[in-house]
Amino acid sequence: MSSMSRRRLIIAAGSIAAATSVSSRAAFAQATAQAPAGPFKVDPLPYPTSALEPHIDAKTMEIHHDKHHQAYVTNLNGFAKDHPEIAAKPITEVLASLNSVPEAIRTGVRNNMGGHANHTMFWQIMGPNGGKPDGEVLAAIDRDLGGMEKLQADFNAAGGRVFGSGWVFVTVAKDGKLALETRPNQDSPIMDGKRALLGNDVWEHAYYLTYQNRRPDYLKAWWNTVNWKAIADRYAAAKAGTLGV
Amino acid sequence: MTFTLPDLPYAHDALAPYMSKETLEFHHDKHHQAYVTNGNNAIKGTEFEGKSLEEIVKGSFGKNAAVFNNAGQHYNHIHFWKWMKPNGGGTKLPGRIEKKINEDLGGFEKFKTDFAAAGAGQFGSGWAWLQVKGGKLEIAKTPNGENPLVHGAVPILGVDVWEHSYYIDYRNRRPDYLKAFVENLINWDYVDEMFGKAG
Ligand SMILES: [Fe+2]
Ligand SMILES: [Fe+2]
Repeated sequence: MSSMSRRRLIIAAGSIAAATSVSSRAAFAQATAQAPAGPFKVDPLPYPTSALEPHIDAKTMEIHHDKHHQAYVTNLNGFAKDHPEIAAKPITEVLASLNSVPEAIRTGVRNNMGGHANHTMFWQIMGPNGGKPDGEVLAAIDRDLGGMEKLQADFNAAGGRVFGSGWVFVTVAKDGKLALETRPNQDSPIMDGKRALLGNDVWEHAYYLTYQNRRPDYLKAWWNTVNWKAIADRYAAAKAGTLGV
Repeated sequence: MTFTLPDLPYAHDALAPYMSKETLEFHHDKHHQAYVTNGNNAIKGTEFEGKSLEEIVKGSFGKNAAVFNNAGQHYNHIHFWKWMKPNGGGTKLPGRIEKKINEDLGGFEKFKTDFAAAGAGQFGSGWAWLQVKGGKLEIAKTPNGENPLVHGAVPILGVDVWEHSYYIDYRNRRPDYLKAFVENLINWDYVDEMFGKAG
């Protein structure tokens, strides 16, 4: 067993044990260990949890990736047991046509598949030594968003205005046009037929251990974690129509 | 009416270990204070100036998000502090509340399960409630700053499930926080007082 899948089993067993009486704990843990993980999975972080310090602390990265993102995926796999069709199409297609998901699981799929898509993007567009925007992406930012300085000011203001949990995104249309947008909870631009070029998580879990109530400080510091190489790749893929989540 | 931050009805460290001093310092002194400050700024120069808090909450819902979000959260937090106390929770409830929970909610054990499930099931930020509606007790949940007042009900108990309520003490484990709230923090005397006023 890989260390990743072993860690996942430990998490799954732990969360079930917390909600279960002592007497049935062992039986549950065993059943979990034998059950297939399901079609959805969390990719390992592409860098160490400490790689984004001091802007995002290692503990936050660990809980955020291993617990929060994992919980969305665990819930999704739960839905897929009775509704395997949600795993038969690409995530982008399911999210773009939520009305065709059975009503009984529609809100659950919206929340948890949205959460899976958003966090998968999030880990990818961050990283150490993220460089600077250049080339086509920078040209698009200058053209559509008034340049980097204005983008950062507007993005931080929009993220600060999200009341409750949600995300702030730079979305990209198929023609390469960029726009600044926010969404509540785990909604994704994919649900509106768009793609996130990049986005920042403004759920309190994303910053509370380091920044507590100071979301504006988190939004400002977060730009130091952005991986512009990954974003350039996403931009090219978006224009080619091949960008996934 | 200008919003002002009420003092906590107990010391910041009085609810430990179920809710830490650090959590209450941020939650009361910073988060609640921000709703007060932002609410007063949002209300300035609007039709809501001079109205009572309940009038503002009901009147601004769906009409003025900046006013509603802050007024709703001001109302919710004013009561939230009073819905907790040191050595709270337990199983000895004031008689009339216990009777009503048995009648309307299938007993105290079922209430505990359903109330915690409502809190765990509120996706994102929000609140879980015990409310009076049409003379009956009900369990409900609402997103963000909403509360039962804007849904034709009166809250008599509420638990904050915004992550800021529990992240320092429980991290991602919201169910553990809800369990501690129900078993060790609820001030049933204040629930009973609000039930009496709800009529
Ligand atoms: Fe998140
Ligand atoms: Fe709160």
